[in-house]
Amino acid sequence: MAVQDSASAVGVAGATGPSAGARWRTITLNTYPFVVVGAIWEVVAHSGMFPRKLFPTLEDIARSFIDLTVSGILPHHAIDTLLRLLAGFGLAAIVGLIIGVSMGRSRRAEDIFLPLVSILAPIPGLAYTPLFLLWFGPGEVSAVLLVAFVSMFAVIYNTWTGVKSVKEIWLRSAQAMGADDRRMFSHVILPGALPYILTGLRLGLAQAWRILVAVEMLAAVPWGLGWLIFGAREFLNTDAMMAGVVVIALIGLGLEKYVFQKIEDYTVVRWGMIGAMAP
Amino acid sequence: MVPIEIRDVTLVYDTPGGKVPGVKDVNFNIDASEFVCILGPSGCGKSTLLNIIAGFLAPAAGEILIGGKAVTGHGMDRGVVFQDFAQLFPWRTALGNVAFGLEMKGVPKQERETIAREQLRLVKLEKFVASYPHHLSGGMQQRVAIARALAYNPSVLLMDEPFAALDALTRDDMQRLLADVWRETRKTVIYVTHNVAEAVYLADRVVVMTPHPGTVKMVIPIKLTRPRDPLSVEFLDYQKELLAHLGHGTAETQEHKKANGKAPTTGG
Repeated sequence: MAVQDSASAVGVAGATGPSAGARWRTITLNTYPFVVVGAIWEVVAHSGMFPRKLFPTLEDIARSFIDLTVSGILPHHAIDTLLRLLAGFGLAAIVGLIIGVSMGRSRRAEDIFLPLVSILAPIPGLAYTPLFLLWFGPGEVSAVLLVAFVSMFAVIYNTWTGVKSVKEIWLRSAQAMGADDRRMFSHVILPGALPYILTGLRLGLAQAWRILVAVEMLAAVPWGLGWLIFGAREFLNTDAMMAGVVVIALIGLGLEKYVFQKIEDYTVVRWGMIGAMAP
Repeated sequence: MVPIEIRDVTLVYDTPGGKVPGVKDVNFNIDASEFVCILGPSGCGKSTLLNIIAGFLAPAAGEILIGGKAVTGHGMDRGVVFQDFAQLFPWRTALGNVAFGLEMKGVPKQERETIAREQLRLVKLEKFVASYPHHLSGGMQQRVAIARALAYNPSVLLMDEPFAALDALTRDDMQRLLADVWRETRKTVIYVTHNVAEAVYLADRVVVMTPHPGTVKMVIPIKLTRPRDPLSVEFLDYQKELLAHLGHGTAETQEHKKANGKAPTTGG
């Protein structure tokens, strides 16, 4: 809505085409953080405050990025990390949705799970890492389970809230129109709770991403962006390290913009259940 | 269509402050295809009574018979329209909303969409079939809600102040439209309102309720030919008569509200 409004406002103002102003605004908003961070980075790198080996210029990082990509090393790290992310987060999404929905639907499930969630969720994910490594040993299993465990809470909490906040009047209308329990759930409660569920998944994914990069440094997995960054530090390969950071940022941005925002635009935004996000 | 009998219906609300009578010993009959308005001030139990007829609330005593059958819960012999615009499902288009009841009934997709289109045409929204509710005005949303309640062809239409949240001009249009829809469909309608002119415009008979406890004060037939002229002398006479019956009840309600803070005035 906000986007349309500003677009039409520009149209009324005259000279520019109806959507040109809005498009420029979008482009500016999207590029300015990169420009600002990049500029500061370049100034510091060229100032000689740090040895160039430890604070490489953007040119060095770009070269390293290209070399590592062409050699296939960076894609290999990235793919391993993505697979771990999908496995862990996928598990979290499934388990989190089931627990969250049952908490929202049944008083007993709420009594059982809410206290558990309340004490386990606030503990930082990294604090669980040593335990998981001891229990499941270093390697994939620990990494995936930890990602799943840590990112599950946001999904549970938001799904529960969403199911609870489905409007009473929707339930009544559906009841009056003959909806049975099963279709009340699939046709009313799930779509009604969707804005919250999507928020939960989005927050859960951010959690998963954060803990995964950290756990890759600790869990001694052979490939992965976290491992790349950690390993590069040992050899003072700061440019390779930064290339890894760039990939992490790109993947995170891509998931947010091309997965979550698309899903939201197609569902809850189109339905007017939440306003459109800023570009 | 079917007649409705309301027999000795009583309902008591259990509140932290003690038992509050919602409605008490309500008795009246509604003929098949009759349009009855239940008129009363806030808190007189008119919405409570409608919710009992809809099957959302179970009475403490008495019973409701629809076409001779006792009401035991909600059912598809009744369609319900609420006051709140939010009653529509935002994730469904106007057509999807109207088709919902048919979908629950198991009507095949093609057929239910044909019926839903027909219902939307009845409320003059054939151009907005594919619109989502948030793109429709309040009046249009309420028309979709009416089409939705009629689509699965219930014999009774229950309406809880459906136009109370609309502006006055839109409300007039809606009332005319509803009168037309009723003439075409011949449903038995129970329509709850606190608006005297609305009751006189729409109803065959007006059931006047007074609060504390919610009881039927009297039932007044409106013997005006349709379509009715709200500016005619007879129309205004009916309004005066109804207002006279309500006057006492209204004052009492306000007094009660002041005394009890926010009392459980489920009657909207």
